[in-house]
Amino acid sequence: MRAALERVRSVAVLPAVAIGLALVVGAVIMILSSPLVGGFDLTLPLTAYQALAVGAFGSGNALVSTLVNATPLVLAGLAVGIGFKAGLFNIGAQGQFLIGALSATIVAIALNGASPAVAIPLSLLAGMAGGLAWGFVPGFLKAFTGAHEVVTTIMLNFVAIQIVSYVISGPLRGAEVTFARTDNIVAGELPILIGRDGHLGLLLAAVAVPAAWWLLYRSTIGFEIRTVGANPDAARYGGMQPKWITVLAMSVCGLLAGTAGAGEILGEVGYMPASYGTTVGFDAIAVALLGRAHPVGILFAGLLFGGMQAGAGLMQVQAGIPVQMVSVLQAVILFFLAAELIVRRVLRIRAPGTGVEAELETVSRSYGEQTSL
Amino acid sequence: MRGITKRYPGVLANDGIDLDVRQGEIHALLGENGAGKSTLMNILYGLAVPDAGEILLDGKPVTISGPHDAIDQGISMVHQHFMLVPVLSVAENILLGEEPMAGRVFLDRAGSHRRIRELGERFGWEIDPDKPVGSLSVGWQQRVEILKALYRNARVLVLDEPTAVLTPQETREIFGVLRALRAEGYAIIFISHKLYEVLEVADRITVIRRGKVVGSRIPAETNEDDLAELMVGRNVQLTVDRGESHPGEPTLVVEDLKARDDRGHEVVHDVSFEVRAGEIFGIAGVAGNGQDELVEAIVGLRHAAGGHVTLDGRNVTGASPRHLHQQGLAFVPGDRHRFGLVLTFPLTDNLVLNDYYHTPFANGLQRNDEAIEANAEEAVEKYDVRTPSTTVTAGTLSGGNQQKVVVAREFEGTLKLLVLDQPTRGLDVGSIEFIHRQAIARRDSGVAILLVSAELDEVLELSDRIGVMFRGRMVAVLDGRSVDREAVGLLMATGGRGGGTQPQTIEESA
Repeated sequence: MRAALERVRSVAVLPAVAIGLALVVGAVIMILSSPLVGGFDLTLPLTAYQALAVGAFGSGNALVSTLVNATPLVLAGLAVGIGFKAGLFNIGAQGQFLIGALSATIVAIALNGASPAVAIPLSLLAGMAGGLAWGFVPGFLKAFTGAHEVVTTIMLNFVAIQIVSYVISGPLRGAEVTFARTDNIVAGELPILIGRDGHLGLLLAAVAVPAAWWLLYRSTIGFEIRTVGANPDAARYGGMQPKWITVLAMSVCGLLAGTAGAGEILGEVGYMPASYGTTVGFDAIAVALLGRAHPVGILFAGLLFGGMQAGAGLMQVQAGIPVQMVSVLQAVILFFLAAELIVRRVLRIRAPGTGVEAELETVSRSYGEQTSL
Repeated sequence: MRGITKRYPGVLANDGIDLDVRQGEIHALLGENGAGKSTLMNILYGLAVPDAGEILLDGKPVTISGPHDAIDQGISMVHQHFMLVPVLSVAENILLGEEPMAGRVFLDRAGSHRRIRELGERFGWEIDPDKPVGSLSVGWQQRVEILKALYRNARVLVLDEPTAVLTPQETREIFGVLRALRAEGYAIIFISHKLYEVLEVADRITVIRRGKVVGSRIPAETNEDDLAELMVGRNVQLTVDRGESHPGEPTLVVEDLKARDDRGHEVVHDVSFEVRAGEIFGIAGVAGNGQDELVEAIVGLRHAAGGHVTLDGRNVTGASPRHLHQQGLAFVPGDRHRFGLVLTFPLTDNLVLNDYYHTPFANGLQRNDEAIEANAEEAVEKYDVRTPSTTVTAGTLSGGNQQKVVVAREFEGTLKLLVLDQPTRGLDVGSIEFIHRQAIARRDSGVAILLVSAELDEVLELSDRIGVMFRGRMVAVLDGRSVDREAVGLLMATGGRGGGTQPQTIEESA
């Protein structure tokens, strides 16, 4: 038990430090820019952070709002995190998210007259299948042609954007809408479970976290995924099939990101616009890195980022700090995570031997040498 | 070096070590892996700062702030893994970092080439400074390393296990070079754990164990057993008593096997041999003569480009590693970091790397942690793996203990064929003894063992029969008990009289 706690501490210390440092940098920016708002004010950061915290966690509604914001981040964060474990840098969560959203929309619109009991599960399944397909393609290309997943997933993101744009402004464009979007989803709309907008998608994320943990750490498939990620040669030696495991891992990633997309459309938005201006798939990379590619870490990282998004509004109202400050904070957190060595040196933290190194190694390896399967 | 002490978290790597090396002396530094040799040399070379103690050069205390500083003060190191750039020429490698300038912009090529030639001639070497280093043999590459040191006016030369990669002939030549250097007044520190070499070439021997100097000897007044005991701290049996072997039916039959390297060149040409149950078949050869590809083709990690492999009567050409494992093949890979272990995984996971998917380690898709842990506890106990626990990552163990983990995994279960590729590379005498004993025990229980080693002594010591590989061919199969060391060395270096085209068989009539 003590050993387990010690492990958690050693893994969590750096993300915690990165968050702390980001808050300090954010505070400096606020103080320096305070003359522009209402005169030089040393206490402005306190006001702002307090409003941010209250807006995120201060009331029942705030909490539900945090959960709703965190849901797609957690699901897509798992899509990136499982990729890291398999030695893959999945930049394509965004595309997988969009295709998942689109597939769910198509089925939901088609089933608008059906009973929710039919429409909801089928729409969700369609979203999962769409995301899975969008993850399968780069996985297959990586395994059997050596095409690098960083390149293919980035390109597939653009393909996904164009497909969404075409389908929504063409065949699926709603009859009674003023801009390019679908009709409202009726039967496929996810039921609200708690609060004002706490929809069924929350439950999906809540199930996905332990499921991903079981898959990675308790199942033989997860052992294969992690072995391939850590040392593909040793995986081959151990009788595993790195090519198919790569395909499988990318497909699971796609499935999770697709679920996130389906949940957003069916539970939160209620229709699909032709240009869906979300950045969930990219924020997910930050979430996965902050969560050290561990499902539980990703859960907390997703809750943190979701909370910041939920509280940003109140921060703007009470402290006059624009909501974009939240993006700055997220960026600075990511910066300090990536600059891990500097942080270590400055704070004299000893290397824990596990954690971000492996994930960042995946990132840098993805850019550099080609890993053969 | 006086009273050198260096403490790393958790270990006292050097504990008040005194070492003096005189001009015109070859001083051997002997010790097991992790005894503190490397730490001591890193301190001398400026790569580590001692916590206590001082370094005296010509009687004056000096501080060495880094490798550059060390070279400036006349201390040079020849690493075990050469620090050479293969695509650059001999001259470019030697000059790297110390480029001689003619004027401000241009290199002084002519002058430096002349100096390199002159340096080589002092030892009777004909050096072509324009040749790319990659085209030279390992023995010549080593000479380039030595020239690099001499070019920088080294007076103290540290050689870290210089013979690990050489054939017996090359080793003898390099000893000639060392003696010539000694005659010219250089001070030479020779690091090794091969006892007979140390006895042959050194003037004085200092033995280190667990960070302390445990003894100093003069070759004339000691012998291998004495040195081994000093090194390990207990009585060690240097040559395993291999006993009688009772070969049975052929377990592994390899016929006309061809294999290509990663670039697609055929590097194994029509190799045929068989390994019988209860015998050890050794393959000797200078590294890079196709042994790696041959082994990988047999164990299923490389596609065979032709020929057949038969295991226990079944054709297993092109079978997957898992299928072969199920058929009773176990493999201790030569590159344990690449194939044998996942360094970031705990020992528990590494010990089930190829058996993780079936009972008792898994029930369906669910891993059974209890069985995995119990297996690890048992293996660590039985194979004497020195580790704080079974949950530490494999990367934190020393090389010898890492290898014991691999051995513990591969030597268990129902075995028919055991393929050992460089099973003791980089290990100390204690671990080598242990692994050799285990191999003999498996042989006696009827397992066929294929042993591949660049360490000729290991092949000679264990093998019932010896195949010699040269340029991708098996040029000879010899009887392991009666063979002459020199003859094998010559075959390794030249492939035999016909340049390696005619297989030469001096096998006892069985």
